[in-house]
Order: sequence, then C-alpha cells, then structure tokens
Amino acid sequence: MLNDITIGQFFPGQSVIHRMDSRFKIVLEILIVVILFVAQNFWGLGITCAFILMIYAASGISFRLILKSLKPVLPIIIFTAVLNLLFVKEPGADPLLSFWVINIYAKGLVTSAFMLLRIVFLIIAMSLLTYTTSPIVLTDAIESLMKPLKKIKFPVHELAMMMTIALRFIPTLIEETNKIMMAQKARGAAMDTGGLIKRAKAMVPILIPLFISAFKRANELATAMECRCYRGGEGRTKLRVLKATKLDFYGTGLTLCVLGIVIINNIVFG
Amino acid sequence: MNIIEIKNLEFEYKEYDEAGEVESTNPVLKGIDLTVPKGQFLAVLGHNGCGKSTLAKHLNGILNATSGTVLVNGMDASDEERLFDIRQTVGMVFQNPDNQLVATVVEEDVAFALENLGVPTEEIRRRVDEALKVVDMYDYREHSPHQLSGGQKQRVAIAGVLAMKPECIVLDEPTAMLDPKGRAEVMKTIKLLNEQGVTIILITHYMDEACQADRVIVMDDGVIIMDDVPKKIFARVDELKAVSLDVPQVTELMYRLRKDGIDVPADVITEEECAEVLLALPRGSTKFTKKPAPPESAEKHDYAAEVKELTYKYSVGTPFESTAVDNVSVSIEKGQFVGVIGHTGSGKSTLIQHLNGLLKPTSGKIFINGRDVWDKDTDIRSVRFMAGLVFQYSEYQLFEDTVYKDIAFGPKNMGLSEAEIDARVREAAAAMGLDEELLERSPFDLSGGQKRRAALAGVIAMKPEILILDEPAAGLDPKGRDTVLDEISEYHKNSGTTILLVSHSMEDIVKYAEKILVMNRGRLFCYEDTDTVFSRTRELQQIGLGIPQISRLSHLLKAGGMDIGADIYTIDRAEERILEILKTNA
Repeated sequence: MLNDITIGQFFPGQSVIHRMDSRFKIVLEILIVVILFVAQNFWGLGITCAFILMIYAASGISFRLILKSLKPVLPIIIFTAVLNLLFVKEPGADPLLSFWVINIYAKGLVTSAFMLLRIVFLIIAMSLLTYTTSPIVLTDAIESLMKPLKKIKFPVHELAMMMTIALRFIPTLIEETNKIMMAQKARGAAMDTGGLIKRAKAMVPILIPLFISAFKRANELATAMECRCYRGGEGRTKLRVLKATKLDFYGTGLTLCVLGIVIINNIVFG
Repeated sequence: MNIIEIKNLEFEYKEYDEAGEVESTNPVLKGIDLTVPKGQFLAVLGHNGCGKSTLAKHLNGILNATSGTVLVNGMDASDEERLFDIRQTVGMVFQNPDNQLVATVVEEDVAFALENLGVPTEEIRRRVDEALKVVDMYDYREHSPHQLSGGQKQRVAIAGVLAMKPECIVLDEPTAMLDPKGRAEVMKTIKLLNEQGVTIILITHYMDEACQADRVIVMDDGVIIMDDVPKKIFARVDELKAVSLDVPQVTELMYRLRKDGIDVPADVITEEECAEVLLALPRGSTKFTKKPAPPESAEKHDYAAEVKELTYKYSVGTPFESTAVDNVSVSIEKGQFVGVIGHTGSGKSTLIQHLNGLLKPTSGKIFINGRDVWDKDTDIRSVRFMAGLVFQYSEYQLFEDTVYKDIAFGPKNMGLSEAEIDARVREAAAAMGLDEELLERSPFDLSGGQKRRAALAGVIAMKPEILILDEPAAGLDPKGRDTVLDEISEYHKNSGTTILLVSHSMEDIVKYAEKILVMNRGRLFCYEDTDTVFSRTRELQQIGLGIPQISRLSHLLKAGGMDIGADIYTIDRAEERILEILKTNA
C-alpha cells in the first residue's frame, strides 16, 4: 500500500514551461491565483481559465493528469458547490426549486457554478507548478525567494536543507517501513484487524524500530555531511544556479496582461 | 613522505551522569602508533569493537584524541583552524550507502562538498563530471539515489568524496552491506583510485579484500597487534584466529597441510600461488580414488514445502509490470537444510516470501505441510507460524524494552499460555546462545551479533516447521557470522526443523547445507544435493555466482594434472584428497 505514494508529481520535459526559472514560476503562480480571485464575472473568469488551459497546452502535460490532480480534492469541490447552491438567497425572487426547507434560487446556481469553476482552476493551476518543476529545483527556488528573510535571522538555508534531506529520505523510509511491516507480520502481528485502539497498538512494533532506525540514519548522515565539510549556508556556492531568461520576462508580461484585462473587465462590466 | 602520522593516540568515551559529572570512562584506543606513506593501500582488520572505526574518525577530525597526536600532511587533525583543509585531504566513506547521500539527484550529491567549500559553479561542474566518470557513474548523474543499487550508491558516495580531490580516502567497511556484484564494483573503483595515487585506508571484514592491499594492520582491543604485508599477516593463522579473524581458504589449507607434515610455505593467499606450490610437490598419483556413492534411498519423502508452478508478477497491469518468479516448481523435503542462492534480482527473496504467505502468487500453488496456503479455509496467520521467516538485518525488527518481551512477541501472537510462552522464550534464547541474564536487558544494549541472535530467537520461539533465514550473517564480523550460523546449524540438528538459508556467500552455504537451490532470473536453475551442484561450478560461474576459493583451486589443480574432484567446496575435503594423492606412493 505504501508503494503507491509518489513524491512530488514531477513530469520531466523540455517545454517552455519546464524551462522557465522556477522562482518566476512560483511568483507567477501566486499572481494567477490572485487573478482568479480578482475576476468578478464570468467574462473575467473565462479569460483566466483560458489562460491557464493555454499554459497547460504549452507544457505538454496530458489532459488526463489535470483530472488526476482534481481527484483528491473532489469532496471539497462538491461540498463548496452544494453549499453555495443551498445557502445563497435571492430576496424578492422566486426560487427555481423548492421543497421542505430547501430553496434553490437562480443566483445560487450562478454563484455555485462560479465558485466551482474558480476552485477547479485554482487546483489545476497549482498542480501545474509541481508537474513541471522537480522538487529539488522547487526547494532551490524557495530558498532563493526567501533570501531577504535572512536579514531578520530566519533560517532560510537550514529550512531548504531540511526539505532536501526529507525529499531524499522519504523513499528510503517507505522502503524501510515496508520491510519492518513484513518482518512483524511474519511474527504474527495482526495489523489490519480489530478496532481502532487495537490497530493503533499494532503500530507500535512498526513505529519503534522505524524511529530507532531514523535516528541512527540521522546520526550517520550528520557525520557524513561533516566529513564533506558542511558548515551551514555561509559561503556556499551551487552546482545549479537559477537564471532568469527572456522567456521568464515574456511569461511575466503575459500574466500581467491577463491581470490588466480582468481588472478592466471588472470596471467596465461591474 | 607520510600522509598520516599517528603518535601514541589514546581515546576514551566518557559517560556522563545526570549531574554532568563523568560517570565512567571507556578507553577505546590505547596507544596507537601508525604512519601511512603517500599512495599506500592499507587494509585495517579487526573484530567489531576493536576500535578501528574510532581510529578512522580521528583521521579527519570527527573525533579528537584524548591524548597523543594525529598529523595529516603535517597538520594537526584536532586543529579547528585547519579543519576544512584536513577534511579535504582525508575523505571518508561509510558502511551504509543510504545514510551518506544528501541530495535527491546523483550529481547534486557529488557536488555537495564543493558547494560547502564555496567552489565556483563552473569548477564544481567540471569536478563533479570528472569524479562521476572515475567511479563510472556518469551515465546516472541525473538519477535519484533510491533508483540505484547498493554498489552504485556506494560509488556515488566515493565520487562525492573524490570531488574534493582528497589525497587519502578512508573507507569504513564500504562493502559490508553489498551483494557480490556491488562489492566487486566498489573494490575495482578503490583499486583504480589507488593506482591514480590516492592513499587508501580500507577497513574491512573480508579477507579477500585485505589480500589486495599493500599492507595490513590488525587491531585488537584498541591497539595494533600486527603490521605487515598481507602474505606475512595471513601466514600467522593461529594469532589471527585468536583475535576472531579469518584467513583466506587456501591459506587455511596450507596451514593444515603443514600440520599434516607436508612441507609447504605458510604465506600463500591466492589460489594461483597455492596451485603452483601444490603442483610442484612430488605426488604418488594424479587422481583421487572415488568412493562409491551411497545408494539412493528409495524411501518416500514427506515434503515440508511444495511450490507448484509458481509465477509472481509485480505491478500487474501497469507499465512497470515485471515477472519476479517465473513458473517455479520445487519440493523441499522435511528436515532438510537447504541453501538458497542467486544474485540480487534472481527471485529468491520473492520465492521465500511466498512460503509463509506474505506474498500471494499471481498463479500457481504453495503447500506447507501439505496444506494449500491460499485455500479459503486456511488461516494465513497459522501459515506464518508454520513457516517462520527471518528477514535480512533482522535486528531492525526489535522493539520491546526487554529481550524477553521481544522474543515473546511471536508466541504471544499465537495465543499461547503464559507458561508455554515462558518455556519457549527461554528455550529459543538458549538455542541462539543468549544467556539468561541478557533476557532482562534492553535489546538495544546488545552487541550487533547478539541483537541478530535475539531477533532469530524471536522467530524460533514460534517453533516453526520451516525456518527461512534471509542472509542471517550479513554485515557481521567473522566471529559473529560463525556464531550465528553455528547456532542455526545446531538448532537444525537438535530440532529437526527444515531450514532454508538464503545467502550470497557460497562459503557460508556449503558449510551447512545438504541441498542447494539455485535461482537465476526468476527461474529455478537447479535444486540438488551439494555435491551435484558443485559438479556444475562452471555453469554457476556463468550465471554470475561466486564460488568458494577452494573450488577455484580445484579447477587450477585439475588443469595442472592433479585431479582432486569437481565436488570440492570445503577445506576438509580438499585437504583429505590432496593428502591422499600426495601420499599414495610415499
């Protein structure tokens, strides 16, 4: 069961989106989310959605994956839509549908559709970032973007280092968990039967060895890092340096254009 | 010019009580004097706990001497000011390849040290590529470490050190966790580096690796007790055995022949030298007299485990679908001691995980004691109690606060009575050579070998009909290895339990197994008695399995006109036949 977990959802590629500087990607990502919320009517939202779909087309990520990214949040999407449908009231207007305590108004239907579209595209846009950027590059970008925080003594480098090591050891620890589970099962441990408390207790023979081994690994890793002259972020250089290219400025220009159009649209159509 | 000069080095671990006062001191190094000239390949031998890893950690300032000095290229290794110069000069590689890789991409990991040192980006790129090419991992530069085999990971770790351009590399048991293929890759890399002028200090438990060094030191109880070229060291068989170490098989053979009164030199470590020496001796005949094979007993066997047309596929229905076991049928007789061998990925682990119902066959059937494991009336947990499986590095499954409770975990799951559990725990502990007083200790306070045996006892206490052991001796020192395997063999004799011993080490298997099951590429290569399997050693070598040194010697002897038979896999038998041939006319 643990084998199914994939870390990050990076799909390597050579598209323009893949080639963009990951720092720009993060910032533009945030900008697109902002645009989604700035849009006040279907025209503005439609333009933004079309823009997001256009980026997808440029990235070469298959349509199937877009749907896959929606799967885990489907309950939330449905919940929001239903909530809007049921609770948006339109005083003075006749409900479209009415039974028992439930009244559905035309405005509720419209709001619900609007929210649905907004959330769906929010998630689609977010997954685009992880689909086209490898976790390690993402970590680099976050470190680089947070650099100003160093001035207020925020441990930026340490945080990035921790993320890298976590990414590195997740597969190792998953493998280890599997092995320990098998070993305890071979000693007759019953892990998938019984009530909640019994199941929680059954995790003890797995968690204790896992923790002990994780501490041992941490200890050995620390020594190995020391041996390779690790001394924190001070004076460190990088094998891979993030560099902004023309592409990134075009991308920024385009996104700002969309923002402009959406704002004008808001003003004109209210 | 010496790269390392150690004078009267002493080191003690201090244990502190809660008030911060020194509670006890534990001396580990007790006066080490050692100089290593530039470019030397030095091997360090010694049983676990003799202080060799502690010594290694003094060479680049990870630990600081309690007294005495360690000079690296004339720099004091405890000098904080020059710490990074020292660590660049002496690089270090550790045992567990997983626990020394930092980054999620191979090339980034190799770059780690250079990034720390603030080397400019272009220079990092150049040196990373160069280091990866030396260890032959350049094609994998964009892989992530968890996609690599153990041997490949270890070579990446070496590249990570190599990128610093160290003058000396210290390797602390770098091959202990690897399969034979990985070991060979790493040793090849080490030799290559040494040829390029890098000083190598290799800590190892494998005598064949030590044989390849220029010089060997043997440590015991915090001091160096021997220091010489490999040939001269291994000739001192008695002294080595006294400090729980091994010698190469041919050295052992020479040693025994000398005791038998044959005039052969003691300092022989390779099978080529050994064959040369033996072939030069006057011999009475050219062939041993074959004893008639005992008649095949016609008695009908009961089978402990039967595997019928077993096929197992991983990730069925995905692009990653692969067949791990392909149409294997084999029947294991009751009370047999079976050695299971095959290289990594041959399907042997998958096969044994089917025998206790941890994996469900894609097709085919498994019978344990005549019962169909996956029949709907079979309780799968009862199968697990019948076929006890001990995994590799089994000490990782220990979790209770006392050894007693840990051993009792299995029997408790079986729902036995308190009295029965108590009896079984004590019995199993005794069978694995664990003293009563250890039972109340925490399993985490035990030594490596003891932990391993405690984990084994935990499965033995379930009194399985079949005991399946996956590499029970992996990673232990020679003494720990022999103790574990001897206890298992003893248990087999006393209880009559059917045993399946999975191992990469042919030497270990042939010492104990009556029959051998060989797996190759998911298929059953053969399942025969040990003599028959060894009449096919050429085929075994062709499918990539290592054979014992003594078997390789028998081939060389035969080629030179001295036939001691193809079924040579133990020193005892080789000694007997050689004596027979030498003494026929004498």
